[in-house]
Amino acid sequence: MTNSALAEALNSLLGERIVTSEELYDTLVVEVSSADAFSVIETLKLDPKLSFNFLTLIGGVHYPENPGRELCVVYHLHSWKNAIRLRIKAYLPAENPSIQSLTSLYETANWMERETFDFFGIKFENHPNLTRILNMDDMDYHPMLKEHPLEDGTREDKDDRFFGR
Amino acid sequence: MNANDNLIRLSNGQVLSKETIDGDIATINFGPTHPATHGIFQNILTVDGEKILNSVQTVGYIHRAFEKLAERRPYNQITPITDRLNYCSSPINNLGWHMTVEKLLQVKVPKRVDYMRVIIMELARIADHLICDSIIGVDTGALTSFFYPFSEREKIYELYEEMCGARLTTNMGRIGGFDKDFNPVFHAKLKEFIRTFPAAFEEWNGMLERNRIFMDRTRGAGPISAERALAYGFTGPNLRAAGVDYDVRVMHPYSSYEDFDFIIPVGVNGDTYDRFMVRQEEIRQSLRIIEQAYNNLPEGPFHAEVPEFFLPDKKDVYNNMEALIYHFKIIMGESEVPVGEVYHSVEGGNGELGYYLISDGGRSPYRLQFRRPCFIYYQAYPEMITGSNISDAVITLSSINVIAGELDA
Repeated sequence: MTNSALAEALNSLLGERIVTSEELYDTLVVEVSSADAFSVIETLKLDPKLSFNFLTLIGGVHYPENPGRELCVVYHLHSWKNAIRLRIKAYLPAENPSIQSLTSLYETANWMERETFDFFGIKFENHPNLTRILNMDDMDYHPMLKEHPLEDGTREDKDDRFFGR
Repeated sequence: MNANDNLIRLSNGQVLSKETIDGDIATINFGPTHPATHGIFQNILTVDGEKILNSVQTVGYIHRAFEKLAERRPYNQITPITDRLNYCSSPINNLGWHMTVEKLLQVKVPKRVDYMRVIIMELARIADHLICDSIIGVDTGALTSFFYPFSEREKIYELYEEMCGARLTTNMGRIGGFDKDFNPVFHAKLKEFIRTFPAAFEEWNGMLERNRIFMDRTRGAGPISAERALAYGFTGPNLRAAGVDYDVRVMHPYSSYEDFDFIIPVGVNGDTYDRFMVRQEEIRQSLRIIEQAYNNLPEGPFHAEVPEFFLPDKKDVYNNMEALIYHFKIIMGESEVPVGEVYHSVEGGNGELGYYLISDGGRSPYRLQFRRPCFIYYQAYPEMITGSNISDAVITLSSINVIAGELDA
């Protein structure tokens, strides 16, 4: 199956639930609203023709300059029947970001969502055990957010201007 | 616990009769520094005698914030980070990362690079599987079978040394290809390896494959069905042992894998023995791929023309203005990168190793996420061991080949 055939199939299947759709490099990327994400992925999984049976990856991205759309949840789906990948994005506001959990569709989402929660603070509703996974439990921030710099800002021996940063 | 007084229902759905339980329930720590875990991960087991009734996992002991680190590093400095994911097969991680960046830059590498990469990656796969399978031997009590393959792995590590000077954390290759071509020593050692490995491998394999004790210990230990394995996002040899023939090398061929003839072995029961057998057969198939790639190694350059990323010869840096500029740009991380996002995956030692890279055109990735197969399938471990004995939990852990570096990133 080609990306254009997939885009057509998605248009007829999802209709208005697609916010934007574009082909980035070799993969079709579809944006949906965060309220629709679960139902869209459920439709794609259950559709006998498309059958996106495999959840490859869930991750977060932080865009602090996008007001109202600061956080993005990225789902990588894979249809083995058609040997094609699809990326689904849902944007969330920085205030109380929450989205439906996929654990009832794909059990493998469990740890992926815990990791996304751990690093970005995105809450997944109906998740069976939404706790931190790689960081320690009493950590009080979400380290992958862009406001947490990687290096100690008080250091004086390294001047970033000289390194093009 | 079940309403039926005589039955106990475990968390994975298994039902035990109460007569099989002593009722003397204890909680023990399996890990984080238990020698049988082969890495730092903790399982808090609720046991009744030898029988595991429940298991709770803790991971993250060696979390090193690779994804955060990557947001601060130029692209060529991310390769050493990837070394430290699955450190049993670092070259696969390195080359997978280079291919991801090449996809972003839309660089087409010469055929020779593809074939060289295939040779290196399949050598790494053999090294990875040798370790995993020999450790299953150790955990079933056969220490000899652990020492035997190390002489063969050593030969692979010597081949790495010829290519990059390092053995474990290889940092091999460059964006666009390799820093140098196969040298005469590499050619000689690779030919020798191809000639002698099959006999050495079969000798070692003979110690375990039909060994009565080994079979009795591993058959039926830690099984997982194809449906459950898929639900848990298994990939790689562990999924194939459950009977699903998914392999990234075949479904989405990269680095010219479509040129080679090889078989994807699959198992039936998804137990420890099947995982062992699938890995053993993959070693044979990997050697077949190496032979084909080496015998048909195309002539040509060993890197693509990407001066923005491929470090020029030192000689040129001193004598050529352009080379000096590129050298400076690469070392200072000033090379220009297009805006975009790519996902690329390779068949790693443990399954689909993916790189999700978002570039905003800056010197480092805006976001880099690794799909680490270990992390994804390790969550199935409690289900696989609940209801079995502690000794089965040990061999199940070694047979799913959880590598702490890849698990915790």
